[in-house]
Amino acid sequence: MNKILRTLLALVLGCLLMASAQAALDARVVKQLVDDDSDQKIEAIAALVKTGTPEAARLLQALSDDALYATDSRIWLKADDKVYDAVTGTEITPAPDDVDTVTINNRVRGTLDSALAGFKLFDPDPSARLAAAQSLQGDVGAVMIPALTLALQKETDSKVKPILEQLLAQANLKNPDVKARLAAVEGLTHSNSPNARGLLLTRLDPANEPDAAVREAAKASIASIDSRLAWTSALANVFSGLSLGSILLLAALGLAITYGVMGVINMAHGELLMVGAYSAYFVQGVFRNHFPGAQDWYLVAAVPVSFFAAAFVGMVMERTVIRWLYGRPLETLLATWGVSLVLIQGARTLFGAQNVEVSNPSWMSGGIELLPSLTLPWNRIVIIGFALSVLVLMWAIMQKTRLGLFVRAVTQNRPMAGCVGVPTSRVDTLAFGLGAGIAGLGGLALSQIANVGPDMGQGYIVDSFLVVVLGGVGQLAGAVWAALGLGIATKLLEGWAGAVIAKIIVLAIIIIFIQRRPQGLFAVKGRVMD
Amino acid sequence: MKRRTALKVITLSTLIAATGFTSNAFAADTIKVGILHSLSGTMAISESALEQTALMTIAEINAQGGVMGKQLEPVVVDPASNWPLFAEKARQLLAKDKVDVVFGCWTSVSRKSVLPVFRELNGLLFYPVQYEGEELEKNVFYTGAAPNQQAIPAVDYLLSKDGGEAKRFVLLGTDYVYPRTTNKILRAYLHTKGIQDSDIMEEYTPFGYSDYQTIIAKIKDFSAQGKKTAVVSTINGDSNVPFYKELGNAGLKATDVPVVAFSVGEEELRGVDTKPLVGELAAWNYFMSVKNPENTKFTKMYRDWAKKQKLPNADTAVTNDPMEATYVGIHMWKQAVEKAHSTDVDKVIAAMGGQTFKAPSGFTLEMDPKNHHLHKPVMIGEVKANGQFNVVWKTKAPVKAQPWSPYIVGNDKKKDEPEAN
Repeated sequence: MNKILRTLLALVLGCLLMASAQAALDARVVKQLVDDDSDQKIEAIAALVKTGTPEAARLLQALSDDALYATDSRIWLKADDKVYDAVTGTEITPAPDDVDTVTINNRVRGTLDSALAGFKLFDPDPSARLAAAQSLQGDVGAVMIPALTLALQKETDSKVKPILEQLLAQANLKNPDVKARLAAVEGLTHSNSPNARGLLLTRLDPANEPDAAVREAAKASIASIDSRLAWTSALANVFSGLSLGSILLLAALGLAITYGVMGVINMAHGELLMVGAYSAYFVQGVFRNHFPGAQDWYLVAAVPVSFFAAAFVGMVMERTVIRWLYGRPLETLLATWGVSLVLIQGARTLFGAQNVEVSNPSWMSGGIELLPSLTLPWNRIVIIGFALSVLVLMWAIMQKTRLGLFVRAVTQNRPMAGCVGVPTSRVDTLAFGLGAGIAGLGGLALSQIANVGPDMGQGYIVDSFLVVVLGGVGQLAGAVWAALGLGIATKLLEGWAGAVIAKIIVLAIIIIFIQRRPQGLFAVKGRVMD
Repeated sequence: MKRRTALKVITLSTLIAATGFTSNAFAADTIKVGILHSLSGTMAISESALEQTALMTIAEINAQGGVMGKQLEPVVVDPASNWPLFAEKARQLLAKDKVDVVFGCWTSVSRKSVLPVFRELNGLLFYPVQYEGEELEKNVFYTGAAPNQQAIPAVDYLLSKDGGEAKRFVLLGTDYVYPRTTNKILRAYLHTKGIQDSDIMEEYTPFGYSDYQTIIAKIKDFSAQGKKTAVVSTINGDSNVPFYKELGNAGLKATDVPVVAFSVGEEELRGVDTKPLVGELAAWNYFMSVKNPENTKFTKMYRDWAKKQKLPNADTAVTNDPMEATYVGIHMWKQAVEKAHSTDVDKVIAAMGGQTFKAPSGFTLEMDPKNHHLHKPVMIGEVKANGQFNVVWKTKAPVKAQPWSPYIVGNDKKKDEPEAN
C-alpha cells in the first residue's frame, strides 16, 4: 500500500466517526481520480479517504466496480442502477449514453481495496468488518496503529477481533519503539498467515531491524510458524490427494460393475462419463432458459438426469452389442471401442467439437479458509461427499437389494441362477445399466472441475482401468483403496517431482505392482472365478 | 437400354468427380486457400475461432470481388490436436488439394511438425499465434508475436511500479516446446535484471491437464517468502479453464499474486466465471476492448458472422489476438498476390516484405522486409468481471520482432532473414 495513503487512512479512520458529512466532493480531486497516471489516481484516492464522507465511499466503490465513467466534460458513476454526477452526487436523468469506463490497474486496485476496507472496519455488519479486516492483512504500517486500536476497542465480534489483534501486531512491526516491536514479533508467533511470515522475514535482515533481540525473536517466531505451516501443507496434500482419489473413484466405480463384476471390457466407459457430463450441461441449459431463478440448483436436478441418460445409453449398448459377445472379451473390447467412437462423434454432431461451459453453482464456488494458508475449495469438498454417497448407494444396491443379489448370482453361476428362476438376460441388462448410470454420475462430478467436450472420456478410461485392475477385479473395497491410494500417491509425488514426472513414476509403480501381484490389492476368495 | 446408359453416365461422372478431375477443371476459376486448425481435441477451444475467422475473412474478400478477379475457395481440414496428423493434413492440402497458401496451426509443436512438409513442397504458411521464436523459415510468415513482442514486455511490466515490482517469478506452462523455450529466454532475461535462480520456480503440466490444486498450493507457498511474487503462465488450450477455476476457488487474488498469461484471450475465458479473476493479466498485441474504427468493424463483422453461421454461443461471440493476426495475415497475403500478379509461392514471398495493413489493433502493421515477422504493438490487459480486458499498458508504436532472442547464447551470430533451403 502506498505510504501517503496509509497515513491518511490512519488519520481518517479516526475522523470518520465524528466526521460531519459534506455533500459535494472536490471537483479537482475527482478529476485527478480519472487521470491516466496511477500515481495521480492513488493520491486522489487518499484525498477522498480523507474526506471520510459516504459520497467518497460511494465514488470509490464505483471505481472498484468498474462503474465510474468519464468523458472530457463530465464524470459520473452508476450505483444501484441509477446514475449520479461524481462531483455533486446528484442523480442524472436521463443517463448519459456515452460510456467510457475509468480503468484501474492492480496497483490502484490494491490501494482502493485497502481504502474501502478502511471504511468498512467500522461497518455495523460483523461480516463486512471481517471481510475488511481480512483484506487489510497484506501490508499494514505503523501509521495504522491508532485507527486499528480504535477499531479493536469497539470490536465485539469474536471472529474479527483476533484478526485486528494480528493486524495491530503487524503494524507494530515497524514501530520505532524496540519494546513494541519485540511484543509484536512475539504476538505474531501464533499467526498462521503467510503474510505475517513474510513480514517477519524482513525483520531478520539487519538492514531493516537494528535490534538483535528482535531478530532472534523473529527467528523463533518464524520457526514456530513454519512448523505449523509444514503441518498444514501436509494436510493440504492429503486433501488434494483425497479429492483426486474421489474423482478417480467416481470415474472407476461404474467400471467396477461392468468390468469387475460382469467381465465386460468396456472401452466406451469414458464415453458414458461424457454422457453424464453432457447431461449436466443440458440440464444447466434448461434451467437457464426456463428457471433462471433456481439456476443454483440445476446440479441437483442433473443428478437423476445424468444417471438415467447414461444408464439408458448403457442398456441400449448391452441389448444391441454386448449381449452377443459375452464370454469373448477381445471381441467386446473391439466392439465397445467402436461404440465409443460412435458416441464421441455423436456428441460432436449434437453439441459441436468445442468444449462446452458447465459452471459451478454459486454454492460450490470459492472455498472454506481453514487456515490462512489452507483453503479447501467447495467444489472439491462436495465431490468427495458425492463420491462417498455414490459408493454407499452402490454398496447398498449390490448387497441389500434383490437386483444386487441376482447380479451376484448370475455372475457366480449363470446356469444355476437361470435354473432357479432368475431372468439372467434381464439382469445383465439392468446390471450394465447400473454400471453405466454410475459412470454418468461420475461424469456429472467431472463436469464441475474439468472440461466437458466430446473427447473428455478418453482422458479417464486409462485411469479407470488402472483403479479397477489395481484394486482387484470384482472388489468394491479394492477400487476404493486403489483410487484413494493412487490419488494421494500422485499428489505427493507431484508436490515433489512435478506433474509430468509424477505421472510417469505412478505408472511405473503400477506396472511393478501388477507384475508382483496380478490379482490386485484384494484377491477374490472362494470359487467365484471361472 | 436408355436407363443403363444413364446409369453409366452417372457412375462415370461420379468416378471422375471422386478422382478429382472436376475440381482440377474448376481450379482455374478459384484460388484455393487451405485452413489447418484443430476443430476437435484439447486445442479446439482456441483454434476453432481461428478457422471461423479465416472463413469470415475469405467471405469478406470474395464479397469485395476476390483476389485478381478470382474467388477464394477455402479448403478446411481438421488435424484434431494431433501433431503428426498436422503434417499429414498439410501434405494433403499442398499435394492433393493444391492450395496456394495455408493459414493455420496454433501450438509450436504443430508448426514444427508441418515445417518439413512446407519446405519439401515449397508451400506457404501463415502462422497467426505468438510463439517462442528461434525460427526463421522461408516458407512461413509469422503474424503472431515473437518473445520480444510479448513475453519480455510482459515481464518488464511485472517488474515495473505499476505491475507490482515483482521480485519472485513462477514460470508455469504446458510441457512442450513453446513454454520451455519461452521460459528459457525469460530465465536468462530475469538474470539480467538481477533475479536469481532461487527466486524462480518452473513448473510444467501435460496437455489437457486439469488438476491444478497442488500447483496452486505450491505457488502460495512460494509467494509466502516475503517477496512480491508473480506468475507467468504459458499454459495452452483447455487446461486454462480448470487452472483459472482453481485459482478463483483457492482465493489467490491478482492484487497479491498476479498471473500474466500469454495464451489466454477472450475466447478461452468464455467458459470461466471471471469475477474472482479480476486483475489477472494477459499480454497480447490486440484486445477486443481496443477502441478504434477498424476494430469496431472487425468485432461487428465477427459477431454477425457467428450469428449467420449459428456458431455455439453466437450471442457471446468474442474476438481475440490470434483472430486479429489471422485476419491481418489473409489481407496481407491478398495484397502480396495482387502486387506479384501471381499466386506463385516464391513471387508472393518476394512481394510480402514491406506490406502494410491498418489492423484492428489500431496500428498500421508492417511485414518486416526481411525476417517474415510483423511489426506489432504490445499491450497488457487486465481481466474485468465481464471477461473482457482493460488495456493498462501499451507501446506507442509497433515493435520489430526479434525471432532470434538475444538472451539465448549463440543467437547473435544468426542472420535476421531466412536462409535459402
